[in-house]
Amino acid sequence: MKAQQLLRGELEGEDLEREVEQRLLFTKFEEAQNWARKNALFPLGFGLACCAIEMITVVGSPRNDLSRFGAEVIRFSPRQADLLILSGRVSIKMAPIIRRLYEQMLEPKWVIAMGACSSSAGMFNNYAVVQGADKFLPVDVYVPGCPPRPEALIYGIMKLQDQIMGDPAMGWRERYRAEGTEEVA
Amino acid sequence: MPDATGLELIAQRVREKVGDEAVTGTLYYRRHATLDVAPSSVRDVIAYLRDGEDEPWERLMSVHGVDYLPEEPRLGVHYELLSMERADRLNVRTRVGTDEPRVPSVVDLHPTADFQEREVFDMFGVVFDGHPDMRRILMPEDYEGYPQRRDFPMGGEPVIYTYNEPQLPRWYD
Repeated sequence: MKAQQLLRGELEGEDLEREVEQRLLFTKFEEAQNWARKNALFPLGFGLACCAIEMITVVGSPRNDLSRFGAEVIRFSPRQADLLILSGRVSIKMAPIIRRLYEQMLEPKWVIAMGACSSSAGMFNNYAVVQGADKFLPVDVYVPGCPPRPEALIYGIMKLQDQIMGDPAMGWRERYRAEGTEEVA
Repeated sequence: MPDATGLELIAQRVREKVGDEAVTGTLYYRRHATLDVAPSSVRDVIAYLRDGEDEPWERLMSVHGVDYLPEEPRLGVHYELLSMERADRLNVRTRVGTDEPRVPSVVDLHPTADFQEREVFDMFGVVFDGHPDMRRILMPEDYEGYPQRRDFPMGGEPVIYTYNEPQLPRWYD
């Protein structure tokens, strides 16, 4: 009833003030955009090792139901994905391939290092495994554990959502001093 | 496993059929029968064990590489044969030096040896003559060195514990 009157221009004075306050929401365009991005994360369908099984149960299964947080649509093409979950140890033979997948993903893109191995090589302190995926990729969130509990990975994804929503200084370009590497829009 | 006597009989038959110099020794240890052969006659011995009249060893279960570092010749290649007929296993092993590590390939006899010989080549640098595709299989193709040899550095990074933190000052930089 009030809405009709508002649209017709029949409301005035204090009534109009209160109605506008209740019904309209003002925000910045960037914030609306970030809100949309954070609630539509598309993880790349990509697994490396044993953590991949855990990642699948988190991202793909109804038991953990990641769609509650808006990140459940797995995309099997890097062109359509914007979240790379490194689930497992990264061997030095695999590293250039992962880097290439990362380069193929469109901006904006985020990386989660899931588990001890992709964060720091875990127990594989040897000649065959890259000592932490951040040697060749900008990593946004590290999730510890061997493997991490499903709750831990969900918490990591929610941390990433906070990061997308929040301070732009949380971005990897600032942390890795990589300003000027953005793709041309 | 063939018992000690059975192993000696196998060694005797191999000496007769393949050549006296083919068998360099036998080892019967903890119910595992092992036939030591000269590297140049590995293929002939395995071919005889597969096809010979009294020999039932028709399957190759695995090929291993070994590095016996202080000993010479350093590198070893082990073949594990299985007889489904007798439910029995026989190990065949050979030793080569690092200066010329060449062993004849058994891929034409046992196709399963293809990837396993590539792995032994990748990790220990043993070259299998007659292999159709002698490339690295696990490590990147431009990798240098043979990482499972015992004189190869372990790689990785130093891990900080409380005991070695004083030896690595300002490791966090």
